[in-house]
Amino acid sequence: MVYKTIDEANQAVAAKIVAGSPFLLDVVPAKTVIEELNDGKVLLHAGPPITYDKMVDPIQGACVGAVLFEEWCETEEEARKLLESGEVKLIPCHHVNAVGPMGGITSGNMAVLVVENKTDGNRAFCTMNEGIGAVLRFGAYSEEVITRLRWMRDTLAPVLSAALKTKEDGLNINVLVAKAIAMGDEFHQRNIAASLAFLKEMAPIIVGLTEIDQTKREEVVQFLADTDQFFLNIMMASAKAVMDGARQIQEGTIVTAMCRNGYEFGIRIAGMGDEWFTGPVNTPQGLYFSGFSEADAAPDMGDSAITETFGVGGMAMIAAPAVTRFVGSGGFYDALNTSNEMTEICIDTNPNFPVPTWDFKGICLGIDARKVVETGILPVINTGIANKKAGLGQIGAGTVTPPIDCFEKAVLAYAKKLGFTE
Amino acid sequence: MLHTIIKANSYQDSIVLMLLTNKLNTIDGVHNVSVMMGTPANKDIFKTGGLYTDELEKASSNDMVIVLDIEDDSLIDQVLTEIDVFLEEQTKGGGDTLGEEVVKTWDKAFELGKDAGVVVFSIPGTHAALEIEKALDEGKHVFCFSDNVAIEDEKRLKEKAHDAGLLLMGPDCGTGIINGIPVAFTNAVRKGKIGVVGASGTGIQEVTTIIHKLGGGVTNAIGTGGRDLKAEIGGITLKDSIMTLEKDPNTEVVVVISKPPAPEVRDEVLNLLRSISKPAVTIFLGEKPASHEENLYRAYTLEEAAQTAVQLLNKENVQAVKETLTVPAHSFKPEQKYVKGLYSGGTLAYEAAMLIKEGLALTGDEHAPEGFILQNQGHEIIDLGDDVYTQGKPHPMIDPTKRKEMLEEAGKDPETAIILLDVVLGYGSHANMAQELAPTIKEIKAQAANDGRELFVIGTIVGTDEDPQNIHEQEAIMKEAGVILCDSNAQAVRLALAILDHPLTQTDKAIEATPAVTPVAIEPTEAMLALLTNQGFINVGLRSFSEAIINHGGKVVQYDWQPVAGGNITLQKALQFLNKVALAK
Repeated sequence: MVYKTIDEANQAVAAKIVAGSPFLLDVVPAKTVIEELNDGKVLLHAGPPITYDKMVDPIQGACVGAVLFEEWCETEEEARKLLESGEVKLIPCHHVNAVGPMGGITSGNMAVLVVENKTDGNRAFCTMNEGIGAVLRFGAYSEEVITRLRWMRDTLAPVLSAALKTKEDGLNINVLVAKAIAMGDEFHQRNIAASLAFLKEMAPIIVGLTEIDQTKREEVVQFLADTDQFFLNIMMASAKAVMDGARQIQEGTIVTAMCRNGYEFGIRIAGMGDEWFTGPVNTPQGLYFSGFSEADAAPDMGDSAITETFGVGGMAMIAAPAVTRFVGSGGFYDALNTSNEMTEICIDTNPNFPVPTWDFKGICLGIDARKVVETGILPVINTGIANKKAGLGQIGAGTVTPPIDCFEKAVLAYAKKLGFTE
Repeated sequence: MLHTIIKANSYQDSIVLMLLTNKLNTIDGVHNVSVMMGTPANKDIFKTGGLYTDELEKASSNDMVIVLDIEDDSLIDQVLTEIDVFLEEQTKGGGDTLGEEVVKTWDKAFELGKDAGVVVFSIPGTHAALEIEKALDEGKHVFCFSDNVAIEDEKRLKEKAHDAGLLLMGPDCGTGIINGIPVAFTNAVRKGKIGVVGASGTGIQEVTTIIHKLGGGVTNAIGTGGRDLKAEIGGITLKDSIMTLEKDPNTEVVVVISKPPAPEVRDEVLNLLRSISKPAVTIFLGEKPASHEENLYRAYTLEEAAQTAVQLLNKENVQAVKETLTVPAHSFKPEQKYVKGLYSGGTLAYEAAMLIKEGLALTGDEHAPEGFILQNQGHEIIDLGDDVYTQGKPHPMIDPTKRKEMLEEAGKDPETAIILLDVVLGYGSHANMAQELAPTIKEIKAQAANDGRELFVIGTIVGTDEDPQNIHEQEAIMKEAGVILCDSNAQAVRLALAILDHPLTQTDKAIEATPAVTPVAIEPTEAMLALLTNQGFINVGLRSFSEAIINHGGKVVQYDWQPVAGGNITLQKALQFLNKVALAK
């Protein structure tokens, strides 16, 4: 297909996003679907490419946790030495069709969700949500964390895998998203409705998996019931699958990925294919658990901003009245202003996901890097806040914006590619 | 010391509790506090936050748990009260209301403002020309408050507007009333059948407020910007506006206000006014017309223009309004001979200077320094709105600082007899200027009295009883401060002159026959006529301008304008390139 103008190309990319139809097919060990994880000691991480020495403490902590989980070493000291030696190869999740929350650290034996975008036939992967508190994604790597990861590998993943396989085409994610957005989820800060809708789909099937030990089935249902953010990771994989489908069109200025590694924020735009445009990450603004303040906060991290790229999360702030107070000091009207403002950097709205609290306007569709540069309005990203010290986990939640540099660099690079001279 | 309080079966969501925690942490004497639901995960967070107590184990997931680190136990009650108050306030909802729609791009502004007939600009002047052009290209009338637009741009844009059948009000247009809706620095004036066109902001304010006080009304007062009647521009907006009001079924009398125009433009305007069917009143400040013409009445002061317009509206004979000035007794010292005018309204200052020159028969000294409208012998009339005083500072209608300083100076000067001043009310002006000025006025009068001098302060309030400020309160404050208040600026100056024993008398003018007229085709466009009943605005810049529009039943899209790409030229060029580039080879 040939497009005459950037607007036309952008429309085509947006049309692909609207047409995207992600299905959750399976939960499997990462190394069975990501070939790169089988080549020696390899870890995936969130955000654009980074080396171990530049990683912030919590992400280094998550690397330690993954090394211990994979049993490449027995102690933290050994693990750190191994990582410092450079023997462990680090690959961005995005480079292997994956996304990872917060640190995004993913190793070969961790279980990943498998989502297929049936429109384009491409797949995306993401680890499962571990719950809250001391968890790997926030840099915790205690025995408790490793034990939970093993349980997720040995119990949660096989049970969910068996349950999903009873469904011929997998689980239609768009249906769950449409339902949950009407129930007040924006899919980044708040996923409780979608997580419950997921549980509602899975629980009857899991109960019926009589070939699996009952204790395991009970544990899985209990875990899903306890884990309010479980759907976030499904949403991330789905958004990744849809955006990767859309970015098969390699023209135009629509943002196809946003992610951060605690050091740099990176974006991709359709017209520049796989190239990352980066700038230094910001630190989130938000509310903190008691005893913590912004002084304790780690810089922004994670591939979860793929949800905003798709149009939910901070872009759909108004959809989730219960968490609107994370935007600034205000409430509903601040959130309304935020979502209204987001429409100024997007080219359209997505009719598949009407937001009741927004008078049924669809979620934002297609962030246009040109409009971001023109207006200086930055996408708003809802995010969890990690302690800047490894091992202490989450200390709050709030919002963050990308640095404008990413968008300026992307716009200039694309203009130059098309023949612009300064 | 740690205290644990468990409120059983009291569920609140975590965000509420985080906000509550933030609030409780600000109480004096509270070292640390945390409020959370008693879930197992939260108990772990209490541990990492250093606030764990054994009592926490008793709490269930449905209980609200407060752990307080305080020395003084008596604080517990205060904290509990704060919690109750906070939770109660939460349920009342936010104080925010859904106001006007705020946008940040033209695309969005034009999309939401497709019914808006007028775009109001108050952005840095260097950017205004380009943005005005965009608005004109969209078929919108423009009201440009911004100044510092090159006169070549003004000419080009006004010609463009004219050719498109649109009105470009401004640049540097401070005042306007469109369909009864005040725009920019404007008073709230009753709607009515007097139409005003003016190349002077405070001139429009003085005339329209006096019309209001006399019982008349103004539905449309079209500002043209101060340079419209210069030879370079040729009165493009003024002439189009007159033609529009001529064809407006709701206008019966047309008033034209201007500072001294270029002679050739003035002649064209007069020719046009002689051609229209409706009675017209002109005031070209600085000109003292000796007579009226049939259907074209020539005022000398702003007050006279307003009075004449109301007489015409009421189908009364046009004649000078009889006034009896009560001249107060005074005991000036021999050296107290001079008038000092400290004005916030430029046109009012100009009018005062004109009348004083006439009354005192002052000659020579036409070259007053910058900021002075008059500096002759010891008489001084100062426009505090002049660039000399406002560079980097707010206008004296908003900020009284400079005027207070100058009042003190004038008060100390043993040669000062009378101080003239104005208080301009209306949208955009200070919320309580009288209150700001009163203490200084009292002080300088008292100080003068101490020195054995009597000092007069004579003032006028430009405003109506519908203005956002309370005019009666403003009057009372001024009077209480010892200010002699007059109904108009002209009257205030005449009173000053009478006190100095140089009274100015108002005389009736003869009505002479209309001289020969060069015929003019009077055909305003549909869009120009639609302006007079317009209700929709796109406000680009100062948010406060939106308020007045909304308060008067208008609709407004607020466009928080910023230069494209933060003003980065390379990025602007790259964006222009991308917007135009053809992808297909």
